[in-house]
Amino acid sequence: MNKLIDSAGKRRHAPFHIPRIGKLLQSCRSFLTILLLAPAALIGSPVLLVSPAVLLVSPAVLLVSPAVLLVSPAAMASEGGVRLDTAPINQTDVVSLQSGARTFANYCLNCHSASLMRWNRLTELGLSEAQIKDNLMFSADKVGELMNVAMSRKDGQKWFGAAPPDLSVIARARGADWLYTYMRGFYRDPARPTGWNNTVYEDVGMPNPLWQLQGERVRVEHAVKSGDARGGESGHGDAIKAVKYEIVRPGSLTPGQYDETVRDLVNFLVYVGEPAATSRKQIGIVVLLFLLAMWPLVYLLKREYWKDVH
Amino acid sequence: MAAAEKPPVTGTGSVALDGLLTWVDQRFPLISTWKAHLAEYYAPKNFNFWYYFGSLAMLVLAIQIVTGIFLTMNYKPDANLAFASVEYIMREVPGGWIIRYMHSTGASAFFICIYLHMFRAMLYGSYRRPRELMWIFGVVIYLCLMGEAFFGYLLPWGQMSYWGAQVIINLFSAIPFIGPDLSLWIRGDYVIADATLNRFFAMHVIAIPLLLLGLVMAHLLALHEVGSNNPDGIEINKHKDANGVPLDGIPFHPYYTVKDILGVVVFMIVFVIIVFFAPEMGGYFLEYNNFVPADPLQTPAHIAPVWYFTPYYSILRAVPPLFNSQFPGVVAMGVSVMVLFLLPWLDRGAVKSIRYRGMHFKVALYAFVVVFLILGYLGTEPITVWGQFGAWLDNADRATVAARICTVIYFLFFVLMPWYTKVDRTKPEPERVTH
Repeated sequence: MNKLIDSAGKRRHAPFHIPRIGKLLQSCRSFLTILLLAPAALIGSPVLLVSPAVLLVSPAVLLVSPAVLLVSPAAMASEGGVRLDTAPINQTDVVSLQSGARTFANYCLNCHSASLMRWNRLTELGLSEAQIKDNLMFSADKVGELMNVAMSRKDGQKWFGAAPPDLSVIARARGADWLYTYMRGFYRDPARPTGWNNTVYEDVGMPNPLWQLQGERVRVEHAVKSGDARGGESGHGDAIKAVKYEIVRPGSLTPGQYDETVRDLVNFLVYVGEPAATSRKQIGIVVLLFLLAMWPLVYLLKREYWKDVH
Repeated sequence: MAAAEKPPVTGTGSVALDGLLTWVDQRFPLISTWKAHLAEYYAPKNFNFWYYFGSLAMLVLAIQIVTGIFLTMNYKPDANLAFASVEYIMREVPGGWIIRYMHSTGASAFFICIYLHMFRAMLYGSYRRPRELMWIFGVVIYLCLMGEAFFGYLLPWGQMSYWGAQVIINLFSAIPFIGPDLSLWIRGDYVIADATLNRFFAMHVIAIPLLLLGLVMAHLLALHEVGSNNPDGIEINKHKDANGVPLDGIPFHPYYTVKDILGVVVFMIVFVIIVFFAPEMGGYFLEYNNFVPADPLQTPAHIAPVWYFTPYYSILRAVPPLFNSQFPGVVAMGVSVMVLFLLPWLDRGAVKSIRYRGMHFKVALYAFVVVFLILGYLGTEPITVWGQFGAWLDNADRATVAARICTVIYFLFFVLMPWYTKVDRTKPEPERVTH
């Protein structure tokens, strides 16, 4: 079963609210790994012996503490919004990327375009142009074309209430975790015009395109016993309502297989968001190694010139 | 014939090169400029870590100009094409993503260098007599840089570009009487539209860069007229040898050129790590919402400027409206930047450098830095980020109260400066520089 259980009262709809410090720390992880790999040359650098900076920090920390006291953990928790599941994606997994491309072409590319992306760029994923043409392209003729769709924005607006957005950079706007949770978050809701609702994006105009794979889920609310030992009376106002999603009509995939399909799709969308990302990191390592090799030379040059300055 | 009286250039090791340089030197102040600004410009020998950021800011300026030229070759300043043209650069222009990420990272790097450079001036009193004019040029450069960043941020035409510009231009509407007409004049339309994008493009790629280059030149000329300050805050020109060379001075070239190259390499290591491994910097350098194309009909739930503006944005939000007008906040924000111009005259300290100041100044400066950082953080978040106080404080947002306290401290740093710098128990300055 799905893990999307949250207490009913606390659910908040905030599609863009990603705690940014957390994201910064995440990106700093790759940053730190690189720095740790970098030779001890950096550590020996007199430039990093920033004594004035260190002196500055100590009184600064003292001054910050009253401000930190203003922040209670409870206040922080209420701002979190919907808890997102971590998307277990891997940009170097070519099989997963190809599978995601197939799901994308079959299920998404009828309403959503990816109009900044060219078909033949998928050769980067180990596909030949013939394979792309035969297996993925349904509406375009030439592999040099962009991933456009026949549906006009006007029709989209009329049919869904909002034109389906272009998905070229959607992974950069929403983040992989959001997409991963969203695509697994659809459930049946008779109150909605499409018959579908979503746990991440409340009252979304988009019906579940993968329902034949995922099956149909419904939202079930039930009371959870509150923690205090006041006997069996949990029917009071203080009872916490929990929400569960149950599959009422299974799809062609088991929940585990469905999660993998969505993971591959999200993996592909992340790739489409920035196709150059993998080569960017590879080039980055070379540039960094060059600079790290240059550093001791420049340092020795400076020391040579400065040896007579006292 | 004054030119003929100049001695011929010698010592390059090549007769042809000697001849060429002599020919040029007799028609252009080549050797005298080289000497005045590099080989015989004597800088104090005790520059420390903080003195890297001036040359680094110039490096970033060069990076921004060069990458900007290449971006301009493929960018389309058109509301219908701008967003896609940026992605075109990212995907289809060979090496386009490197250029674009260098430019977007360079924008933040520029502010990091400038903020540290300004902080250095405050640490060592570099704005004090006789360097007031250099400081004023510097503050104008800072203002131009803010304008440059603001104009440039509209160009990708994402949601944050659009709504960020909307918020800032609307500030001008708050000015009594002329406000609405003024903001209309800035936009060139009743909403931010193609006309706005085109004029912002013109400002970003030619008007402000020209001003910046001229001001940087003036800043350097003023510096070389009065000489560099140093971490001791004393004048090295007081002690000269028989040839008129300051005893504690060393020629800028080669000493500080080789030292600055060291700084450049270390800076480039950090810069490259960001450009290649974390170009979004967790949403601080490239905001996530800016990957959604600008939509005039859909206001984002949370509009935040890029990090380098957020201290001032916090001040704007912290000041309560008066008679339903945001004008007091706008004034506070404007004053919070403009007050920097007065710094040379607000500081009445007996010494320049923090090394010889007393506790008053040290506490004030540290408090100022902390408050600036807190304001900067709060400006990136919604005002509800820290939750609310209880009923005893009218359920006020904690972040707003904190921002108000910080705003007051920010202004007190300047308002009380003539007093606390004067009563400060300073230590005696040394006669000669120390390492």
